[in-house]
Amino acid sequence: MGQRVNDLMGWVDARFPLTKMWEEHLSKYYAPKNFNFWYFFGSLAIMVLVIQVLSGIFLAMFYKPDTALAFQSVEMNIMRDVEWGWLIRYFHSTGASAFFIVVYLHMFRGLIYGSYKKPRELVWIFGVLIFLALMAEGFMGYLLPWGQMSFWGAQVIINLVSAIPFVGEDLGIWVRGDFVIGDATLNRFFSLHIIAIPLILIGLIVAHIIALHEVGSNNPDGVEIKKNKDENGIPKDGIPFHPYYSVKDIVGVVVFLMFFAGVIFFIPEMFGYFLEHANFEPANPLKTPEHIAPVWYFTPYYSILRAVPSIAGSAFPGVIAMGAAIVVLFFLPWLDRNPVKSIRYRADWYKILVAIFVVAFIVLGYLGTKAPTDMRTLVAQICTIYYFAFFLLMPFYTKMEKNKPVPERVTMK
Amino acid sequence: MKKTILILLTLVAMTSTGLVLASGGEHLEKASINVDDKASLQRGVKVFTDYCLSCHSAKYVRFNRVATDLGMTEEQVMGNLNHLGTKFGSTMTAVMTPEYAKQAFGAVPPDLSLVARSRGVDWLYSYLKGFYTDPSKTTGHNNTVFKDVGMPNIFWKQEGVKKPIIEDHDGEKVVAGAELVEQGTMTPEEFDAMINDLVAYMSYMGEPNQSYRKSLGVYVLIFLAVLFGFAYAMKKDYWKDVH
Repeated sequence: MGQRVNDLMGWVDARFPLTKMWEEHLSKYYAPKNFNFWYFFGSLAIMVLVIQVLSGIFLAMFYKPDTALAFQSVEMNIMRDVEWGWLIRYFHSTGASAFFIVVYLHMFRGLIYGSYKKPRELVWIFGVLIFLALMAEGFMGYLLPWGQMSFWGAQVIINLVSAIPFVGEDLGIWVRGDFVIGDATLNRFFSLHIIAIPLILIGLIVAHIIALHEVGSNNPDGVEIKKNKDENGIPKDGIPFHPYYSVKDIVGVVVFLMFFAGVIFFIPEMFGYFLEHANFEPANPLKTPEHIAPVWYFTPYYSILRAVPSIAGSAFPGVIAMGAAIVVLFFLPWLDRNPVKSIRYRADWYKILVAIFVVAFIVLGYLGTKAPTDMRTLVAQICTIYYFAFFLLMPFYTKMEKNKPVPERVTMK
Repeated sequence: MKKTILILLTLVAMTSTGLVLASGGEHLEKASINVDDKASLQRGVKVFTDYCLSCHSAKYVRFNRVATDLGMTEEQVMGNLNHLGTKFGSTMTAVMTPEYAKQAFGAVPPDLSLVARSRGVDWLYSYLKGFYTDPSKTTGHNNTVFKDVGMPNIFWKQEGVKKPIIEDHDGEKVVAGAELVEQGTMTPEEFDAMINDLVAYMSYMGEPNQSYRKSLGVYVLIFLAVLFGFAYAMKKDYWKDVH
């Protein structure tokens, strides 16, 4: 039997690099042995992607991208008439939020351990592109249930496009396929949401992982394990991804699923954050809701948009700021001039700067869910200034840091 | 370092709680409902079909599904709830035609299938109990939660006559609530119970699977807890030689 399997593998390997790929990416991919809690979120992001693709396939079997039928196909057919439809829908709606939670934590990990630094700049850039694609995916998917927030949220965002001087109006019509958000918009968003963006997303994820496996994983100490190899050329601090990290990530997946199931089965609306209350009302272009808030994962950037004062009645400066808030992430590998990767061996005041950044980001996110008041706008402006200052002043302050000695080998704390 | 982060996170939690508390919001009374109480839901659906369905529809809700979920027979549903005599598997349509409703109220009353999810059960409870006498309105009533609402006070016979409690807020007259001046055919306790039953039914109707969802969730979490035990043991075993 064993001989037969070997023969078969040999036959396949002569024609397709199956064993080679298995070894390169799993059984002989040496990852640092000191991964901590923060290193679960990469594999969890793949897990959520699988959940979204599988649940999405089944939702698309029953969903109808037609303004007259969309709301009913979700709220009646899928939620009530289709066997287990409600569960599949909650998987998908909770999965959308879970995707962003996991990705935000994954990005935070990269930030604190310097995973964007040489030689991992491209890993980071592919990652930011994934983040962008994910935002497009989330935005377009949110229109599909055709509830009040689907409609008015999309209205607000597409109006931002129209705020671009000179070409804005025409660009808005081009995006909508109509003068207003209607059937044409819904149909194209459906198409982009289930085909175009997922293809781009998967392509980018493959590139992200190939780039990562080419240079090797960073770790909480920011030590390059490839600098210390044994006589067989294997990093002394490395362990094969499979089985070590595959069995460890299974533990992470189970814990994640406990939280995930907790939301799906007990609080699927997440108090109006994962499923907004107003979205249980069908879209009505004639009735503007009292308060339009995007879904929580967009709110930090939405806050930045609102924090920037409009010039001559045009929200364009805000749009620029929102775009710049994401674009600045691409430059992070070159903004940070400190050669030390891990936050463990960087100046204490840098740790505080990062902590304040996290606070500012969360506050921006919270404010984005609320209607603006003078006080809230002021707080949002302070946080926005901090957001940009944190990144743009990096070339100056990261040079002034007094680092702690970085160990030669990884530590197991 | 971890301490600094903890302190900062606590600060965020405190400021955000402060922001939430400061924002306030309208005052709503808490509904006391239990969607697992089938007797309550059965009483609720009776009120719903007798009163609400006269003008409103619940176009995503099927009679046969209600029968199954609430433990009623086809005869009970067809005899007591389906006043239009539509098919057992049909959805709940309003007795009043949309054309007539438009003439009578100026607008078609909204569909109620999901109103418990869009408005919330506390809002529904407060709204249904919020009607008070207001002679300036064509319906003769106004509402503490939904000002100048077009819907007439359908439960006035049961609840009785209510007068607004008007408070002076910096020279501005504000309706702070309503008080009973003349009891109707029901005592306030009986009326409360009826409204709670109705709201419980509307909550069920907003998401018919909610009871099953929660009971299933318990088993899913137990399964995952057991799976966690195995997964953790496996990880420990594989990792025992990594130092």
